[in-house]
Amino acid sequence: MNWISNYVRPKINSLFSRREVPENLWTKCPECGTMLFHRELADNLNVCTNCDHHMAISPRARFTALFDTGIFTEVKVPEPITDPLHFRDQKRYPERLKAAQKATGEKEAMLVAEGEIGRTPVVAAAQDFAFMAGSMGMYVGNALIAAAERAVKLKRPLIVFSAAGGARMQEGILSLMQMPRTTVAVQMVKDAGLPYIVVLTHPTTGGVTASYAMLGDVQIAEPNALICFAGPRVIEQTIREKLPEGFQRAEYLLDHGMLDRVTHRKQLRDELIVIIRMLMNQPPAVKGDLPPPGSPSSEAAEAKA
Amino acid sequence: MNYLEFEKPLAEIEGKAEELRALGRANKEMDVEKEAAALDKKADALLKDLYKDLSPWRKCLVARHPDRPHCKDYIDGLFTEFTPLAGDRNFADDHAVMGGLARFNDQAVVVIGHEKGSDTKTRIERNFGMARPEGYRKAIRLMDLADRFGLPVVTLIDTPGAYPGKGAEERGQSEAIAQSTAKCLAIGVPLISVVIGEGGSGGAVAFATANRIAMLEHSIYSVISPEGCASILWKDAEKMREAAEALRLTAQDLQKLGVIDRIIKEPMGGAQRGPKETVEAVGKAIETMLKELSGKKPEALVKDRRQKFLDMGSKGLAA
Ligand SMILES: [Zn+2]
Repeated sequence: MNWISNYVRPKINSLFSRREVPENLWTKCPECGTMLFHRELADNLNVCTNCDHHMAISPRARFTALFDTGIFTEVKVPEPITDPLHFRDQKRYPERLKAAQKATGEKEAMLVAEGEIGRTPVVAAAQDFAFMAGSMGMYVGNALIAAAERAVKLKRPLIVFSAAGGARMQEGILSLMQMPRTTVAVQMVKDAGLPYIVVLTHPTTGGVTASYAMLGDVQIAEPNALICFAGPRVIEQTIREKLPEGFQRAEYLLDHGMLDRVTHRKQLRDELIVIIRMLMNQPPAVKGDLPPPGSPSSEAAEAKA
Repeated sequence: MNYLEFEKPLAEIEGKAEELRALGRANKEMDVEKEAAALDKKADALLKDLYKDLSPWRKCLVARHPDRPHCKDYIDGLFTEFTPLAGDRNFADDHAVMGGLARFNDQAVVVIGHEKGSDTKTRIERNFGMARPEGYRKAIRLMDLADRFGLPVVTLIDTPGAYPGKGAEERGQSEAIAQSTAKCLAIGVPLISVVIGEGGSGGAVAFATANRIAMLEHSIYSVISPEGCASILWKDAEKMREAAEALRLTAQDLQKLGVIDRIIKEPMGGAQRGPKETVEAVGKAIETMLKELSGKKPEALVKDRRQKFLDMGSKGLAA
């Protein structure tokens, strides 16, 4: 815990930016209604400190918390052509894209990075639900392919954090074709004998669940995440009956044999390190403060462990 | 004959011609043939006019036409010694998916397809062509069988989509579809697909991730139904015409986008007006596509298939 960021900075903020009053500094937990101070919430990885509800977290914030000392390098994603179908509903697709870019500060709905976690080199990709509901279009497909190619080239495991409302309808059939495309990406990693780990976060639905998000060597989900092919509303309309409590939530899927684990976001990093190191035939990670990577003492510590 | 909403004027003319002829049969002294023939001519011209430039939404209606030949009709018409193989060895046999061993021009193959049913009883039996996880897992099993014995796989696509049900979700609908797509991409035998009616989203992809993909002239293949898309993006399911237009779900657009390899022509007025001709045309296309792939090594087939999908979409509509 950092005294300056937790106490002094908010104080300064409140003194200097009166226009940024409560609504920006406080978030109401949608589950239990507790008002959470933004910095406290960020330190807790956007998990409610009162009820443990897992709120959405941006790929960048997730990677900062995931990679050692918050350092990672972005993997370049080949740019697809914009608006391949010249799609127009009530708005033009490029306008929707621009609005999403402005709201998130990101280029698209997936971020790919390489770096180390617990001194274990990995490639990771995370989907951004805030960007057009994390929907999968050509860019997300390209991102997964780039991530897989990078993992294969560097002989590293690939970790994917999924979050999506499904396919990017504005890319029509081309968004549907991301199901086979991303499946090829997964097969590249598996064919190279490298672990492919999926972390399903709230919500992961539709074509994303029915492709790369369900093909992991190990399938982990965050607590209470909605994970499904067809959404609960569509099912209720089809079968005309009420669905059971917790239906299609992470714990329900775990009970039905569809997942390996349900893991709290705060324990996720340690768990990923443990699993990946075993699958990669590496010795256990050294816990605690590490000397900077590459220094002779750190090599020795790893060799001993 | 079942007429679609937009075919109503045609139904009137054809109805009149039929009435006239019935009258003529009842009253031998009446000469109706000349007038009836004129009506036939008028009907022909109208049919041509209606079908010469079908809108995407009308294509959706034609693709879903109840009298259109279904998977079973193609299997009966094009394959011999069809031997259905049932079950996923895990939970059940899904009747929405037909599959088994068969001969195509005497060559042993594995054929797999969605079957919608042709009357109320068979439609319910077939769950309207909406597969559950068992259907995809049966297909996976059959693709493995084909792979083990070097048999080409032919898939026939005709589904509104995977079944959105409670049990289907509990038993892993997403996982089953994902694994079926993965299996399509992994088998070392020729895999060809024909979209014969509706290619509904992930439920279609699970069988259609093939070396060669053909579509019937008025079939559709889409990420979501126009009704579903309209209710999400227009907040109004009645805007399905606009959605059908925007989604680019016709065979013609898909060929321009490089998603499919060939279009199979339908008889004038759609497959429902000439089921036999349609089945034969599909047979010719299957024959050609199988020939294109014959003699290729397993590794080459897998590589080609994966590359085909990796390259897909790089050009957009402009190309
Ligand atoms: Zn809470």
